[in-house]
Amino acid sequence: MKGIIELQIWQMIAAYVFVVVLLLVVRLKGIRREKEIFIATIRMTLQLILTGYVLVFLFENPSPVLTILFLLVMEVFAVFNIFKRVKLELSTKLKQIIALSMVIGTISCLLYFLLVVVRISPWYDPQYFIPIAGMLIGNSMTGISLGVTRLVDGMQTQKDLVEGALMLGATPKMASKRIVDNAFDSAILPSINSMVGMGIVFLPGMMTGQILSGVSPVTAIEYQIAIMLGIVGSVALTVIIFVHLGYKTFFNEQCQLITDQD
Amino acid sequence: MFLLKKVKYKHILDIQHLSIRENKITCIVGESGSGKTILLRLLNKLISCDSGEIYYKEQELSSIYSIDLRRKIVMLPQQAAIFPGNIRDNLLIGLKFAEQPIVHDSELQHTLKMVHLKNKLDDPSETLSGGEKQRLALGRIILMKPEVFLLDEPSSALDDETERIIIEQLVAYTKENQKSLIMVTHSRNIAQTYADDIIEIHNGTIAHFQEVSDERYH
Repeated sequence: MKGIIELQIWQMIAAYVFVVVLLLVVRLKGIRREKEIFIATIRMTLQLILTGYVLVFLFENPSPVLTILFLLVMEVFAVFNIFKRVKLELSTKLKQIIALSMVIGTISCLLYFLLVVVRISPWYDPQYFIPIAGMLIGNSMTGISLGVTRLVDGMQTQKDLVEGALMLGATPKMASKRIVDNAFDSAILPSINSMVGMGIVFLPGMMTGQILSGVSPVTAIEYQIAIMLGIVGSVALTVIIFVHLGYKTFFNEQCQLITDQD
Repeated sequence: MFLLKKVKYKHILDIQHLSIRENKITCIVGESGSGKTILLRLLNKLISCDSGEIYYKEQELSSIYSIDLRRKIVMLPQQAAIFPGNIRDNLLIGLKFAEQPIVHDSELQHTLKMVHLKNKLDDPSETLSGGEKQRLALGRIILMKPEVFLLDEPSSALDDETERIIIEQLVAYTKENQKSLIMVTHSRNIAQTYADDIIEIHNGTIAHFQEVSDERYH
């Protein structure tokens, strides 16, 4: 196996030709997206350069404090990203539950993955810890965003059915079961679908990256299989914690549906 | 059976004193928006009053576990809740929610007859008309055999003839089985014909309380 070809600065610049082509096309077609494309390209470049240097620093100075700090920063960004992605009004209590589910769900899966599956040493080795944490947190974030949207939307649009069930003596759990199941299902579906298409429809990013850097494809798929299972576990755990605590925020201690004006 | 003292709910309801008798047919009348539905929702503990007390059989509502109460005092909303599934599923779901044993198809068919539905148990429920859905939901709560029926305009989507038959059946059932029936209705005629007591609500307060049955006997 040969190592990866280092990109020189002029090679990097050559890659921007793709964006220039895109800019030309939208200009010719009169689609007013030049500004967004420009900003997105700049942001992507700056953010990645910044992250690259931060990672270099972390790898050269491995320390448990820095690793945990980086993990927390990722969690905080992910949680606020969820709030932003869900286009519905969220109660404070629901926001707290989203944060709690993300932290417990992703960190427990992350620790299991690193310490039992990959067996890294030391436990905070940033070379493994950070990229794997990023993948678990990122995928859980996408999953829980879908779950939150379905749950909140379901509780609003099917309010009459939930109340209709309560009138008949259903517990809040029974009354919201259908909505909760639906939220869980829609949250984990993308992960399941991506497992189905994996290796045939697309080559996943992590595997491609490893192969490019000269790792044997066999090792690369070992890692890919393991991480895919880890992602499914992390998404499922995060979402299940969320829906099981989340539906309760729609009811008060008298088992009454909390309405918007209250 | 029910006793309300100085009950206030937002700016909608303000009831100084109201007593509803056991094993009676009580009709609640009044113009729309006067607070009739809110009163039923309070009795089903779907909502709680802001101040005052509501008693059910000498026990304050706030001290009764909501789920247990709603299994004894079942409410039928004006817009019937129809759950995904066929007619059988919709009839049985009340028993399932209340964690009561499931009954045999023959009893379900008997109930369908009682609410004047000619459909089969395996028929889909989404395609029923508004009035049929309402009767299906009524059948569902009859199966639950609650102590008290709280019905919000149970016949609003029915034609006069069906309305008369259904209400008559329901009244007979209530009397035979020693149940209590509290029913919001827009029809003065129904109230005068079948009610033991009539409560008239105006702007959230009790405008008039009439014991029809006693007048009938005197």
